[in-house]
Amino acid sequence: MHRSAQQEGTKAETVIDIEEVMQQVAEHKGCGTQGGSGKASCGSAAGQGDLPTEIWEKVKNHPCYSEEAHHHYARMHVAVAPACNIQCNYCNRKYDCANESRPGVVSEKLTPEQAAKKVLAVASTIPQMTVLGIAGPGDPLANPAKTFKTFELISQTAPDIKLCLSTNGLALPDHVDEIARYNVDHVTITINMVDPEIGAKIYPWIFWNHKRYTGVEAAKILTDRQLQGLEMLTERGILCKINSVMIPGINDRHLVEVNRAVKSRGAFLHNIMPLISAPEHGTVFGLTGQRGPSAQELKALQDSCEGEMNMMRHCRQCRADAVGLLGEDRSAEFTTDKIMEMEVNYDLDTRKAYQAKVEEERIAKVAAKQEELSALAGERSDIRLLVAVATKGSGLINEHFGHAKEFQIYELSTGGAKFVGHRRVDLYCQGGYGEEDSLETIIRAINDCHAVFVAKIGGCPKNDLIAAGIEPVDQFAHEFIEKSAIAWFKTYLDKVNGGEIEHLARGDAEIRQGALIA
Amino acid sequence: MALKIISSQCTSCSACEAECPNVAISEKGGTFVIDPKKCTECLGHFDSPQCAAVCPVDDTCVIDNAFPRYQLPA
Repeated sequence: MHRSAQQEGTKAETVIDIEEVMQQVAEHKGCGTQGGSGKASCGSAAGQGDLPTEIWEKVKNHPCYSEEAHHHYARMHVAVAPACNIQCNYCNRKYDCANESRPGVVSEKLTPEQAAKKVLAVASTIPQMTVLGIAGPGDPLANPAKTFKTFELISQTAPDIKLCLSTNGLALPDHVDEIARYNVDHVTITINMVDPEIGAKIYPWIFWNHKRYTGVEAAKILTDRQLQGLEMLTERGILCKINSVMIPGINDRHLVEVNRAVKSRGAFLHNIMPLISAPEHGTVFGLTGQRGPSAQELKALQDSCEGEMNMMRHCRQCRADAVGLLGEDRSAEFTTDKIMEMEVNYDLDTRKAYQAKVEEERIAKVAAKQEELSALAGERSDIRLLVAVATKGSGLINEHFGHAKEFQIYELSTGGAKFVGHRRVDLYCQGGYGEEDSLETIIRAINDCHAVFVAKIGGCPKNDLIAAGIEPVDQFAHEFIEKSAIAWFKTYLDKVNGGEIEHLARGDAEIRQGALIA
Repeated sequence: MALKIISSQCTSCSACEAECPNVAISEKGGTFVIDPKKCTECLGHFDSPQCAAVCPVDDTCVIDNAFPRYQLPA
């Protein structure tokens, strides 16, 4: 793929160097690494990749847009928007309890004033908190007064915080000017179809212009409004990410078409998420037994959509009241009662100093990656495999196997190491309770991987993993993920080439149901 | 002459409150209630009662048989 000279010229030095190395070693087309195929698969990119500078500036410290940034920067959602204007078959608004862990569920609703206080309290306590999103639990634009009042209050008191919102798009064309006025620079639109016949299977009804519409007619209005809203936002230079829920047998094949439609209208990132449909959530899909995709199905669809557009692979499908780093919920520290008692001292300088330190760390990491990539230069192989990594963040292999709540998945080829997703697992180490079953759950979740990289692992699980055909790797404890994975992969290739081991394909893996609380 | 909200089914999402042309809906004790004195079943305003049309839980905003049906003033 050709990149414009203008884009090339705006990149940071270090990033260009990585790209050059990658170009040299990338054997096949579309190898999926950011350099080789010419796009910064969002999530794998440690740096700007191929994103134009103006977009990179907007997303580099946004945890929801970059796997790498989400280890350094935190976001929070405030639940000021309870009302919704459409019904989705994967959503159930009936139940609402603190123990529920699925998207759309919140424990407490906030007024705009409470929300603004909460944002200040969190931003003062967590200096890496850079992003405030309104994502529900209903639709922000079905609650425009509360949503925009919240943005207004926050932009007055904490002008450095980025504002985002996430919408189903039905009311979007009516609010684009207001979105632009509050400098909301990221909008996520959930688009599951561009064909009303398919839409009718996902949305039982919409409420629009004082009327409830059903069936194909409803889906037609919805898709027209979504695409119109997307065009209006991108015309104004507002970044748009598209979320799509992958529903096997309903829209799985169709999402390639959705991808094309949103790409041509200027969306910069596409996030295809697996359907969550546990029967106990009481959603239509949960009750009809509609299954979610397997790990392999999800990855295959993401790969096939990855042509020219960035795919997001690190979404944790978090709740509408999440606080903290992705995967690290701190919402319990900031309940309404606690916030109202807090004395908040919003210190912009401390926040800036902290964030400058974070940037230094990130640059060091990019340098480490660059150094190791040259190790693969000259290697030629068609082998492409997945490995799982236990990490607490900072791009390091720094988590004990038994403590990992999730594993990050990297695809290794001679093009390098590419982040392609994550797998949530039940805690294996929970004081002896249900340990055997938990280990089986983990193996099912990473069954498509050839190896699992950990900081430490006990003897028992080690043997079980080996028996399941997954190599436990602990010699890279506390080292950089990509650097270690590439070193391991080089040894693996040497063994295969030397006839010491035979390369075998792995099976499929399971995606765990339920959203992350954080 | 009015609709009522079955409170055990109300999710308290507030969608109905904003749609009511008569400002008859308010929050009370954690869920929403309709003031029967203000409710006109949306007659003269819209084709169907707005609260029932926007409510995410079926059969939660229903005709309250304790009152005679609303009649438009002649």
